[in-house]
Amino acid sequence: MTTKIFKRKSGRKPEEMRPISAKVGIIPNADGSAMYQSGETIAIAAVYGPKKMHPQHMQDPGKGVLRCTYSMLSFSVTDRIRPGPNRRSTEISKIIEWAIEPVLMIDKFPNTVIDVHINIIQADAGTRCAAINAAAMALASAGIPMKNMVSSIAAGKLDKTVVLDLDKYEDSEFEEGEGSTDIPMTFTDDGKLTHIQIDGNITKEQLKEAIEMAKKASKKIYEVQKKALKDTGEEK
Amino acid sequence: MTNRKIVIPGEIIEKGNDFLAGEGTEKKVDEIVALRFGLAEENNKLVKVIPLSGVYQSRRGNVVIGRVENVTFNGWVIDIGSPESTFLSLVEVPRYVNKDGLEEVMKIGDNVVAKIWAINKRGIDLTIKGRGLGKIEEGIVFKINSNKVPRVIGKEGSMIKMIKDETGCNITVGQNGLIWIKGDRIDNELLAKKAILFVTQKSFISGLTDEIKKWFEKEGGKK
Repeated sequence: MTTKIFKRKSGRKPEEMRPISAKVGIIPNADGSAMYQSGETIAIAAVYGPKKMHPQHMQDPGKGVLRCTYSMLSFSVTDRIRPGPNRRSTEISKIIEWAIEPVLMIDKFPNTVIDVHINIIQADAGTRCAAINAAAMALASAGIPMKNMVSSIAAGKLDKTVVLDLDKYEDSEFEEGEGSTDIPMTFTDDGKLTHIQIDGNITKEQLKEAIEMAKKASKKIYEVQKKALKDTGEEK
Repeated sequence: MTNRKIVIPGEIIEKGNDFLAGEGTEKKVDEIVALRFGLAEENNKLVKVIPLSGVYQSRRGNVVIGRVENVTFNGWVIDIGSPESTFLSLVEVPRYVNKDGLEEVMKIGDNVVAKIWAINKRGIDLTIKGRGLGKIEEGIVFKINSNKVPRVIGKEGSMIKMIKDETGCNITVGQNGLIWIKGDRIDNELLAKKAILFVTQKSFISGLTDEIKKWFEKEGGKK
């Protein structure tokens, strides 16, 4: 086998992620809000609640309910997508709920719902990770009790190389050799996984390598989230 | 002022076993960890997190302002901006009310100053027995962020007292963020509203009371 270093189209190193930035408090009407940008992908999240759950039969007297709504705006990609919920967005909404719920302490808000609306205003792969990062910051800024913050990042495999943070080209157009594998993951800041998905093929060893790589990167995202949250506190 | 810093959920506030975990914090082995976003404060070894944002969290004894949402056969359903359902029972009205005459006392859309006298599983119970409580007949009611209410009131009521003196208005601040202003002239009421909104914008600076004093000198006091 050749030992030459794998070259990504974007010129990034295998373990290099796209430049990230975050901002909290972008929607004054909401109880909490945040924006997260990773390269060309931008997600905004708004939190409303806890508020009373309607209809009443959906209320849970044991704990509160987290309800996420993920939506890609029609102008977020080059080909206009039909706005409104579809199979993919319903699925991702559920994924986001599952990724965040382990750290959320909603048992203190029975019969209520916390609404999280996440909109992708520009998409370039990794939208669910951006959505989870934005939603976590928005929930924190809404004063919802949480055990921890969560940070989400995708790792993957291009041909035979494990890489971090796949972009649109690498995710859907790359077809050399073994093709591409996308593994979005969500970590708490102490390195525990709350969510992992795999789209493609990967060996056990390389999966371990990918998880370690993503765990390291999630620390960087955590720092960005932390800074964004602390910056708004000063203004308030 | 004690040392305060902004913390995010999961952040370690203090290390060591000689601290007590207060509101918004949790003890993990030998660390005090924040459970919510806010200002961490340490006082007499008690660590707590003061919220900066979020919806109103009801507490017993709070004076709140709400709007009548519904009239039932034995009381009124009030909206105070809290997720729990809030009820003002007929027996908590300090005068005799005819069973058919609930609408005459308060109807849907009326604003009311009330006190939380009990919080139970079913929701919040209000009372209007007491001084300064009851239906709002005239004046302005507006909403601010409920987390800024302590700043509007000030230390031992210093801030609100000054705004009252400067504008000559009667001001009732609900802990849920609704504020009722009643003055003899609408200009004074609007001045008081402007002053309170100014306080909420500048809520993070220290020496705010002096700042408001200067602001009033610039704006010109009551007419």
